Amino acid sequence: MSASVEGLVKVFERPKSLTDAKFTYCPGCHHGIITRIIAQTIDELGIAERTVGIAPVGCSVFAYLWYRCDALQVAHGRASAVATGVKRANPELVVFSYQGDGDFASIGTAESIHAANRGENITVIFVNNQVYGMTGGEMAPTSLVGQVTTTTPEGRNPAGFGYPIRFSEIIAQLDAPVYVTRQAVYDTRRIMDTEKAVKKAFRLQVEGRGYSLVEILATCPTNWHMAPGAANRHVADVVTEVFPLGDLVDRG
Amino acid sequence: MSDRKLGGMAVAERQLLRGNEVIAEAAIRAGCECYFAYPITPQAELLEHMAANMERLGRTFVQAESEVAAISMVYGAAAVGVRVMTSSSSPGISLKQEGISYLAGSNLPAVIVNVVRGGPGLGNIAPSQCDYFQATKGGGHGDYHMIVLAPSTVPEAGELTMLAFDLADRYLTPVMILADGMLGQMMEPVELPEAVDTSSLPPKEWATTGAKGRDPNIVLSFDLDPQVLKAMNLVLQEKYRRIEAAEVRYETMEIDDAEIVIAAYGTIARIAKTVVKQARAEGLKVGLFRPITVWPFPYEPLRAIATRAESVLTVEMSAGQMLEDVRLAVAERADTPFYGELGGVVPTPRAILSEVRKHVG
Amino acid sequence: MPRGVVVIDRERCKGCGLCISACPQKVLAFSGERNRGGYDVACVVRPEACVGCGFCAMTCPDVAIEVYRERPEAGGDGSG
Repeated sequence: MSASVEGLVKVFERPKSLTDAKFTYCPGCHHGIITRIIAQTIDELGIAERTVGIAPVGCSVFAYLWYRCDALQVAHGRASAVATGVKRANPELVVFSYQGDGDFASIGTAESIHAANRGENITVIFVNNQVYGMTGGEMAPTSLVGQVTTTTPEGRNPAGFGYPIRFSEIIAQLDAPVYVTRQAVYDTRRIMDTEKAVKKAFRLQVEGRGYSLVEILATCPTNWHMAPGAANRHVADVVTEVFPLGDLVDRG
Repeated sequence: MSDRKLGGMAVAERQLLRGNEVIAEAAIRAGCECYFAYPITPQAELLEHMAANMERLGRTFVQAESEVAAISMVYGAAAVGVRVMTSSSSPGISLKQEGISYLAGSNLPAVIVNVVRGGPGLGNIAPSQCDYFQATKGGGHGDYHMIVLAPSTVPEAGELTMLAFDLADRYLTPVMILADGMLGQMMEPVELPEAVDTSSLPPKEWATTGAKGRDPNIVLSFDLDPQVLKAMNLVLQEKYRRIEAAEVRYETMEIDDAEIVIAAYGTIARIAKTVVKQARAEGLKVGLFRPITVWPFPYEPLRAIATRAESVLTVEMSAGQMLEDVRLAVAERADTPFYGELGGVVPTPRAILSEVRKHVG
Repeated sequence: MPRGVVVIDRERCKGCGLCISACPQKVLAFSGERNRGGYDVACVVRPEACVGCGFCAMTCPDVAIEVYRERPEAGGDGSG
């Protein structure tokens, strides 16, 4: 620190609901930004003492280390069902699940759809970076056509492997969900929009309104083989063409 | 006749009830707060009894989208510290194995009911005992065990269900009720037990109830550091030694001078009691050894009995699963013949007695 | 324009460079110095240009940045 901060107002600091633990994410990975936004939301709504986070399997398996809240680490794909069990057992708790594209949209397809369809009063954060990070870069259901991954070394061919799945659109077709939105955090404006969306989703749960899904397009610099800045531009320029940003359902 | 609006009454009463219903009603009286399940024959009546009663009592019933989802919901509710149960039958229990491993690895209490049917694969809906290995040797991955209780009669199914919730809470472990399609479907007069006052149960300080005034509670079964995971495993192993030392349950009949001991559990043990009576009437010295806990298995009591007997005849509706534990206990002390039935065929007393006679003298 | 100061936690920084790109005032750059994690940490190179907008901190995936801003003059709106 070279400059004095005396006489200045602190306008940004680490949210109180974040622990001191250093994130285990790769440099430039958007998981960290999203985690900070969730912790900030917990601070702003004053709900740390009754929040329970559900950590999935994937890069964010360690999510239980980041928040000063009770948390569970659960079986791959099942976070939406576990969140159902937690919330039904104690509706006073604010329950959020945090899932990647394998957890939410592949192995967890049934649990993701049915928790939404039952209108469980939970908040689901779905981080979509179109690849399986933790296991070394395999295809995800959301991988783009032509995307090179370790299981699509020639690029994803729809003839054998289908098309990227727009899961928020699937959830949006159900009658029960009250808020379904797709956001991104590749620049400051998108970060601010995501902050508003996440806060809205948690607020709706606190108000007992029902099920919210916030899909957030994210980068995986490591498995995209791009530098963080280039990865951000890839989301802005290419990924949003396949996964349009915006609110799909807003009954809030 | 079955009056479905039974749940939650404090007074014991005598009713003609189906096994599936008694298990459900006993769970309600044990204070089961949440029940999550997927339909499967032959345990439909259990699901239906919970559907008819749980919400009326202000508790939670969810028909889950699959048995996988159901065991995951159980995991969530168990973590919050409430009494929770799921039920299924053989193929559905296969689907739950990962979830059961997670429950065990995370030190969470829960009750899982398996009303066993013919297998493998789709099998059929007739009664069987072909899931013994799955239940007792760990159908899921990792070094873990469930406490497995095997009722033999409809009233015992109710008693053991109430016990299951107590054992689950006491040891922070999943407990299985290993029933079968015959027990689930048959009706017997049952005196229902008193309901447990759940407010008198000790609080669960480890549960994820919201980190108010304390450090966060984290429920998990994971650590990348092998030394840490080893320590977590040793916690489980120490727990299983305590359970083995304290929770073995079994029953014997006409055992003291028995030359041939029938080893059987569940519905088959009930049939075997008739066989023992018939054999004794013929002057044959036959007795029965009935494990009630198939995990922890009563090795020591059976070992002691085997030193005095000539044969221990295992009778099961399987190709020989409990047989292996019997042979472990008996070793060379006695012969260990086997009579099994497969595919949901239920052996008759005549067939078992005929088998017994082969081993006389 | 109000004066701002950012403080970067050297040991949290992973040298991803997103803060450098996010800054509209070109306040930040790679320092060329490595932290214990081996990362080339970001640092303030044009402190006089910082207006305390907070964009760097908002985008930092490791939440390694704190932002301070000059208190607005009494009666003013702080937009300088």
